[in-house]
Amino acid sequence: MELKVVDSSGVREKIRDHPCFSKDAHHHYARMHVAVAPACNIQCHYCNRKYDCANESRPGVVSELLTPEQAVKKTLAVAAEIPQLTVLGIAGPGDPLANPERTFATFAALTEKAPDIRLCVSTNGLMLPQHVDELCRHNIDHVTITINCVDADIGAQIYPWIFWQHRRIRGAKAAAILIEQQLMGLEMLAERGVLVKINSVLIPGVNDLHLAEVSRIVKQKGAFLHNIMPLIAEPEHGTFFGLMGQRAPSAKELHAVQQSCANDMEIMSHCRQCRADAIGMLGQDRHDEFTLERIEKLEIDPVAAMARRAQLRAQIEAARTAKSLQPVLVSLTSLTQPKPGVGGSPAAQVGRAKLASSAASFRVALASSDGQRIDQSLSEVEVLRVYQVDGQSSRLTETRPVSGLPSHLSQDPVAEAKVTEVIKLIKDCDALLCTRIGFNAWQRLERQGIRPLSAESGLPIKVALRQAHADWHTDTEGAANAASRALSA
Amino acid sequence: MSYRITTDCVNCWACEPLCPQQAVLASKPHFVIDPARCTGCEGEFAEPQCASICPIEGAILDPSGAPVNPPGSLTGIPPGVWDQTRERIQAR
Ligand code: SF4
Ligand code: SF4
Ligand code: SF4
Repeated sequence: MELKVVDSSGVREKIRDHPCFSKDAHHHYARMHVAVAPACNIQCHYCNRKYDCANESRPGVVSELLTPEQAVKKTLAVAAEIPQLTVLGIAGPGDPLANPERTFATFAALTEKAPDIRLCVSTNGLMLPQHVDELCRHNIDHVTITINCVDADIGAQIYPWIFWQHRRIRGAKAAAILIEQQLMGLEMLAERGVLVKINSVLIPGVNDLHLAEVSRIVKQKGAFLHNIMPLIAEPEHGTFFGLMGQRAPSAKELHAVQQSCANDMEIMSHCRQCRADAIGMLGQDRHDEFTLERIEKLEIDPVAAMARRAQLRAQIEAARTAKSLQPVLVSLTSLTQPKPGVGGSPAAQVGRAKLASSAASFRVALASSDGQRIDQSLSEVEVLRVYQVDGQSSRLTETRPVSGLPSHLSQDPVAEAKVTEVIKLIKDCDALLCTRIGFNAWQRLERQGIRPLSAESGLPIKVALRQAHADWHTDTEGAANAASRALSA
Repeated sequence: MSYRITTDCVNCWACEPLCPQQAVLASKPHFVIDPARCTGCEGEFAEPQCASICPIEGAILDPSGAPVNPPGSLTGIPPGVWDQTRERIQAR
């Protein structure tokens, strides 16, 4: 799915540490969602209420419903254990603003106890204008509104009814009210400086030709991103569209519509349509670790946890500043940045020693399923391909199979064992290049003096190696300098 | 006589916060209406609130036992033209 940035001035700073919006931030920062708002006040033809809100997450997954108190406790626990957490979102299963008491009770407690965590909300927009002021009282700087159309007749094919002013309203009349409220809410938020992202579900034969118009209007009313998502309508989900045989768009159709909406704007492409109670870095869901049972028993010191988060963020930002000229590869120093004045962290020292010993040439192990592109994460890799890189040329020297640990198992002991094995296999390499590397693995690699490098999935090996090489030369000194600048500022 | 929730309820929570009498109770295997409390929204709203937001046809019965949202009323597709509609939608 693709995201399109409407205006980059000022927006960049606001999304800098938001893993869902900033293409680079998702390598560094984590987000979580809590399901506190089950009720909904409209019906979408692509939704089955047995499951979560399909505006935000895939149907078929039912989130664990939390009371506001439980949600607050869970968020504080996660923020203590995963200090990269910057964002808490409330989305499905229902509509957060159809459950204002529960949503705002959660936001109010977090605004007080973890003022550094940004709050996000996703809504169908029906009740948005009524709640804009209350939303702005909290640490909100992003709101997502799902707007599938700006035409009531098209809307009538998507929304059979809404609940409005204590009665059910149907058809085009209902859609007209919904659209009016959505656009009014968008304008009110934009006026108050809140970033608004618009999600649209692409429904072939219904709004495919209309989404360019939606894009134009929402941009004009101040939205900063338009995210076009493909309809998911499997018959087994039991949605109206699923049962009626409404087809989903092909990848080609989706791409064409995204292009038709793109105008001259930047395209981003890392949204993963996360499940509604995902926790952690994008692509590495850790929600299983935070069961209610476990959270109830934890003693959290929110103040100490916040201090830890502030420290980590300063480190990440210092390293990111140093790396700002490297848009694709993520800085290896982002998580363990050298301390100014004392010659750097142990990892950086090892890194420098290796750098000195192999100034012009270095060895990279990488994860590729087909030998053409970087397309596997550390936990998926089956064969490590080792390349020797000298100046402009790179050469495949060896392939090293990783033993048959089942890659679909991501429980900790297995993942840990895999990391241990990979490290053993590439002890002689200077860097490891793959699509995703977990936080712990990242730190372990750095301790061994192996640079963890993460590349966009699908990046050709040649391109990745060329960038890695350029990166390799400019990195260490620059990072140390920028880090000391940032820390003394 | 009060409104009643049937086994068709999918526990979606939509009705619970709306009842002016707090008569809707989240319960297993499905939500229930406390007959001692339900007033049918008489004197408060023109329509019974629970039934006006419920997304499931047949899940809420009126005091006479008839579904407030009979088949076809929420999808907007009467049962008789379901096949025709499917053909039309599949052609998209
Ligand atoms: S807004 Fe979300 S929960 Fe409500 S009907 Fe639409 S998809 Fe379902
Ligand atoms: S009819 Fe009215 S009073 Fe009775 S349960 Fe429904 S909402 Fe409550
Ligand atoms: S709104 Fe209908 S389906 Fe949802 S909980 Fe109430 S009775 Fe059940």
